[in-house]
Amino acid sequence: MEKKEQKVLDEILKAHDYSQTAVIAIMQDIQKVYRYLPEDALCYIARKLDLSEAKVYGVATFYENFSLEPKGKYVIKICDGTACHVRKSTAILDEIRSLLGVTESKPTTDDMMFTVETVSCLGACGLAPVCTVNDEVHPAMTPEKARALIEQLKEGKAAGEEAADEN
Amino acid sequence: MRINTREELEARRAEYAASLKTQRKQILICAGTGCVAGGSLNIFAKMQEILIARGIKCSLVLEKEPHDDSVGLKKSGCHGFCEMGPLLRIEPEGILYVKVKVEDCEEIIEKSIVGDEVIERLVYHDQNGEAYEKQDDIPFYKQQTRVALEDCGRINAESIKEYIAVGGYSAVAKALFDMTPQQIVDEVNEACLRGRGGGGFPTGRKWAQVLAQKEETKYVVCNGDEGDPGAFMDRSMMEGDPHRVIEGMLIAGIATGAHYGYIYVRAEYPLAVERLQTAINKAEEKGLLGENILNSGFDFDLKISQGAGAFVCGEGSALTASIEGNRGMPRVKPPRTVEKGLFEKPTVLNNVETYCNVPPIITKGAEWYKSIGPDNNHGTKAFALTGNVMNTGLIEVPMGTPLRKVIFDIGGGVKGGDFKAVQIGGPSGGCLCISATEDHLDLHLDFDSLKKVGAMIGSGGLVVMNDKSCMVEVARFFMNFTQNESCGKCIPCREGTKRMLELLNDICEGRGTMQHITLLEELASTISATALCGLGKTAASPVVSTMKYFREEYLAHVVDKKCPAGQCKALVTLQIDPELCKGCSKCARLCPVGAISGEVKKPFTIDTSKCIKCGACMEGCNFHAVKEV
Repeated sequence: MEKKEQKVLDEILKAHDYSQTAVIAIMQDIQKVYRYLPEDALCYIARKLDLSEAKVYGVATFYENFSLEPKGKYVIKICDGTACHVRKSTAILDEIRSLLGVTESKPTTDDMMFTVETVSCLGACGLAPVCTVNDEVHPAMTPEKARALIEQLKEGKAAGEEAADEN
Repeated sequence: MRINTREELEARRAEYAASLKTQRKQILICAGTGCVAGGSLNIFAKMQEILIARGIKCSLVLEKEPHDDSVGLKKSGCHGFCEMGPLLRIEPEGILYVKVKVEDCEEIIEKSIVGDEVIERLVYHDQNGEAYEKQDDIPFYKQQTRVALEDCGRINAESIKEYIAVGGYSAVAKALFDMTPQQIVDEVNEACLRGRGGGGFPTGRKWAQVLAQKEETKYVVCNGDEGDPGAFMDRSMMEGDPHRVIEGMLIAGIATGAHYGYIYVRAEYPLAVERLQTAINKAEEKGLLGENILNSGFDFDLKISQGAGAFVCGEGSALTASIEGNRGMPRVKPPRTVEKGLFEKPTVLNNVETYCNVPPIITKGAEWYKSIGPDNNHGTKAFALTGNVMNTGLIEVPMGTPLRKVIFDIGGGVKGGDFKAVQIGGPSGGCLCISATEDHLDLHLDFDSLKKVGAMIGSGGLVVMNDKSCMVEVARFFMNFTQNESCGKCIPCREGTKRMLELLNDICEGRGTMQHITLLEELASTISATALCGLGKTAASPVVSTMKYFREEYLAHVVDKKCPAGQCKALVTLQIDPELCKGCSKCARLCPVGAISGEVKKPFTIDTSKCIKCGACMEGCNFHAVKEV
């Protein structure tokens, strides 16, 4: 692991006083930085917290929110809670998956731009069906709105890349 | 600035209340998750911009030396009427504007803030077109009784001053100075407050057990891991009135001699975490958390512990394991949480809504609390009303309110069809319904009445389903949920739910036989009898209850290979009625797989071999020509 990365991890560990019980919070902070939990990082924090690698791996794989695989730039979560389900969230999930060519077993696009997941109830049932893009909630979705949303994100992505080129 | 004594608290309260009063008008913009998603924060920003541009004195916080005539602009908690969001309330008149847009802001300021006019087009209109200017007159609100949600939507959710101004932390002062721990426990016991998280265990008895423990270190834990799909009561309370949660926990600490508290919040609720953290910081600043609270000698530290996405962590022992930094798996009980809970110490564990009920019980007394709701089921219950219902939202009603009143009078009736059933208590609960043999609409919603029909109040999610919902599919949905969330520790739950899901999948996909039904029943009783924790024990409930009330629907799936509600895709085919089809070609354009073809102005047809039964054509057809057969 590079020095720079170690420094990032050390700062996170320090913010939690190297506390073993804070291992979940530590992993949440790491995931905020990398958008997933790199294996190296997990081994590193296990050593620093004096926990076994198996224990850290066990915790990381238990919780739904932790990912050991890199995720796309836009993480789209389609709520499949009861309220969204009875208001037809499955049709939206199918639409988005087919638009981006991803599946349940391969949730991320090859260009690492999009990851599509389902999430159990976001508690925004009043707006069902909902999906979120990087935690921003999009209410009352329909397959048409989903298409427009993906278009918009793709265009935004193109615009963003052009801007980056100019710099 | 720190508040050092009880007298100082009362002095500040008077000061804050006076400051609140000098605001000529108050604009409360709902900043619950629902309205935020609808753009309410943009409305807040626009309002601020207009007020400043027009030179109107606008107070975002309560000021020490208030200017008369200023306008208070604040982000409030959830008003509950999520269906009509974004919501905006104007005080002191109590006007509610619904579905407010950024473009409406200028007019609202001009007419209702500068002037005293009500903008007719922005007020709520019921299905008959009748307009309601005042929030409290709207049928949705009028029939509610708000105790836990009393301040939610009425005060600035981010302001400790406003909470104090409306009486906040007076229950803590009373508990610290006027009562002994035993008296607090007795009062809660007397009020007959039962846990709002699902179990309905008497809170006072739990507290008494922790108080009786000899251990020096004890904990107070708040269960904010509201994982039931279709439930968002606790989220709204944490977001909209975070200080009330803190106050309830503080009282539990005073009553049981615990000096440390944790609020466990699920990761899907980032806004609740943010608001709670702000509230904790402010309470610490004011000396209402930390050392020597109000100079009483009592210390209390409170921390937030964030979940990471595991439904099972709503179970007590799994929740404490998660706070300790372990895999959130339940353990065998006893010892119970009150004896060996968090870090092996005696622990009070209650859910958010339970804690929110504590401050009014302390200030107003058990007798007052007992005046609400039937015997042994006192107080109110918050419900999240969702699904196929007109008025989706958050409500609070006295325990024992009939289901009919909740769905039809408050909820405004069923959307898109006739009432069929309501799923209560999430994946651990059951359904209440109108079926061939049952009519549950006049059933009273309280712990004991629901128990009699094999359902439970659970945390309070009410998912309404119309006659187009397939109950087998609903059971399959919940089984899929539970199976996904099974932690895997005990075999009955890990393997049993998987097998039950496979059987339900078979039935929904047309491979079901009568044996499937017998096997489902057998598995259900085995899992219920042998699973380790509450999640497993109740995993089969949705299947058992739908089988009990909608057996004929199961039979239709396995015997006739038909889904009466037309939901199970494998069992229906879509056809275009040539009589009704006008040949507009809209369906062919909507079809994602190109299964529809035809000549314009002549009836179109669906190629069933290509059709994926997504229903897009059916929803899009202006002439209702697409039918399920």
